[in-house]
Amino acid sequence: MEQHVFAPWLNPDEKPLIQFKGVTKRFGDFTAIDNQTLDIYAKEFFALLGPSGCGKTTMMRILAGFEQPTEGQILIGGKDMRAIPPNERPVNMMFQSYALFPHLTVWENIAFGLKREGIPKDQLNARVEEMLRLTRLAKFAKRKPHQISGGQRQRVALARSLAKAPKLLLLDEPLGALDKKLRQETQFELMDIQEKTGTTFVIVTHDQEEAMTVASRVAVMDEGRIIQVATPADIYEAPSSVYVADFIGDVNIIQGTALKAGDGYDIAWAEGRAPLHSKREGDGFSPTNGASVALAIRPEKVSISAEQPSGVTNAVKGRIIDIAYLGNLSTYHVELEGGQMIKAQTANTRRLSRRSYTWEDEVWVSWTDTAAVLLEG
Amino acid sequence: MRKFALIALPYTWLVLLFFVPFLIVLKISLSDLALARPPYAPQLDLSAGWQGIKDFFGGLDFENFIWLTTDDLYWKAYLSSLKIAVISTLLTLMVGYPMAYGMAKAPEEWRPAMMMLVILPFSTSFLIRVYSWMGILSTEGYLNQFLLGLGLISEPLMILNTPVAVYIGIVYTYLPFMILPIYAALDKLDGSLLEAAEDLGCSRFTAFWLVTFPLSRSGMIAGCFLVFIPALGEFVIPSLLGGSETLMIGKVLYEEFFNNRDWPVASAVAVVLLLILIIPIVLFQRNQQKEREAGQ
Ligand SMILES: Nc1ncnc2c1ncn2[C@@H]1O[C@H](COP(=O)(O)OP(=O)(O)OP(=O)(O)O)[C@@H](O)[C@H]1O
Ligand SMILES: [Mg+2]
Repeated sequence: MEQHVFAPWLNPDEKPLIQFKGVTKRFGDFTAIDNQTLDIYAKEFFALLGPSGCGKTTMMRILAGFEQPTEGQILIGGKDMRAIPPNERPVNMMFQSYALFPHLTVWENIAFGLKREGIPKDQLNARVEEMLRLTRLAKFAKRKPHQISGGQRQRVALARSLAKAPKLLLLDEPLGALDKKLRQETQFELMDIQEKTGTTFVIVTHDQEEAMTVASRVAVMDEGRIIQVATPADIYEAPSSVYVADFIGDVNIIQGTALKAGDGYDIAWAEGRAPLHSKREGDGFSPTNGASVALAIRPEKVSISAEQPSGVTNAVKGRIIDIAYLGNLSTYHVELEGGQMIKAQTANTRRLSRRSYTWEDEVWVSWTDTAAVLLEG
Repeated sequence: MRKFALIALPYTWLVLLFFVPFLIVLKISLSDLALARPPYAPQLDLSAGWQGIKDFFGGLDFENFIWLTTDDLYWKAYLSSLKIAVISTLLTLMVGYPMAYGMAKAPEEWRPAMMMLVILPFSTSFLIRVYSWMGILSTEGYLNQFLLGLGLISEPLMILNTPVAVYIGIVYTYLPFMILPIYAALDKLDGSLLEAAEDLGCSRFTAFWLVTFPLSRSGMIAGCFLVFIPALGEFVIPSLLGGSETLMIGKVLYEEFFNNRDWPVASAVAVVLLLILIIPIVLFQRNQQKEREAGQ
């Protein structure tokens, strides 16, 4: 395990590499980025996550210098970027559309940025070869972009942005077109590059697993706003809103009203049923008595059993509606009395036929008082 | 079968309107001048049967083509036409490229209007437009009056009836053929390529030079051929604006045909011109083909 925990955002003395200060971007009267303030630190692997059209690419384009913020300020390394054109920023970007030069070969595409620096020819050759090897494109070096596959094009775009070894690399969905195996390998390559060169990465991805694997911190966006910025573990375990909980991974949401009880809250969730108890609130959320709340529980934290379990805070009876078999895991869709659906996930340690419960069976679902997070509902 | 019907149409067109007339011209070029109607011999006389056909083919020869090589008027005219066509094509490119670039960079809502302006001159007669250039370029014309009025020159410039007037005429007339294909190429250009170039360290100018320019090459080539091919055989412009000094093959052809009424030699001139043009036409086709492949 790592000895020293990498968390510069916790250190008040640390100067951020990138600062968004009250940045707003409007296209006509459409607000793509809405007054956002965000710090990203050197050597971070920062992931932007969010639904299509939420403004991820726009954030990147502002950083790279292709869009000027309508309001607010961008600083890189403490320097105001307003008057700095893209070619003078210490930033390289990999475009979502790849933007490969169609009249140049793969080799020339990768060499393009290096040639602008005027580095000696043998160094240039060595660097391009290294990039070709890294992205496994050596065989295609002499081809034009229209003569290679979509995934190969994506790797050319990646190699081209990596070639100059910039201080800050912006990757807009860099691995989306790769198959799972190559994607994982490239993820590790990226992390490796980052470790070796100390480059700061900002990466846009639609793949939560990818964000979880590579990112030091994740920002979840929605409609031009950053909803939560946290480490992958915190985003998953301690989401700050139902939106984030729902966006990252699978979650059960139970609506109800909160009542302070002991060291936590009792949540009244259905007429005539015992209240649920939870000891964990979302970041900065302390509901008043009678406030409407949402209880978020991950399916893998819900246990399922044929008999009523003893010694568990929350146990509710229901009926199995559906079982989704995922190989190593199974997800049970259980309908509680009153209609609420709950998903429970268990590891498939036993063969399916040996289970003590199946479709239409009455079962009990249960979870502890720290398994669920209490969120504003 | 349907595919056959589809390609039959253009081929019929081509055979009727290109190949048949060409065969007629080729036949006349192999004939001899005759004081008759039409003014050449032999004529195919089918009523004489087999003997008629034999006489007909026996009467054809390459005399007129040999004649073209003996009088230096012809090859000088060909060379001079080539020179004028090449220079005016390059001039058209130099004028047309910035205009096409400006159009492609203009705000979206202006472009239809600009496109209209480029093709608007076609709505008046070509002949009238060339005549009006005579009014502009002559010694008492608007241009000289304007320059004299400004005091830039003290003597009127001799432009009309010189090659310069021919260049001006060709550039003016064929400019739209240059602008449109270049504009089409520039319009297709993906703006993110320029962003990528800038991102990788290019200034605006180097980005233009390394990305925009090479990617508009096929448009430039297409435009150059579209100007070069008709300019080579151009007749109206040199005869109206070029005066007697400007030697162009189109003019020679006209004189052989109408002044000397020597149809066979005129046809031979035309056949050679066509052979010369086949080279650039084939190259042009190849350029279009290559672009289509790259576009896929
Ligand atoms: N040049 C522009 N003019 C007008 N609207 C724009 C422009 N660029 C982006 N937008 C709008 O801004 C919003 C954010 O766009 P952006 O490209 O940042 O989305 P994204 O988060 O990258 O989406 P995706 O995941 O689909 O790539 C979208 O609604 C988009 O339509
Ligand atoms: Mg995007």
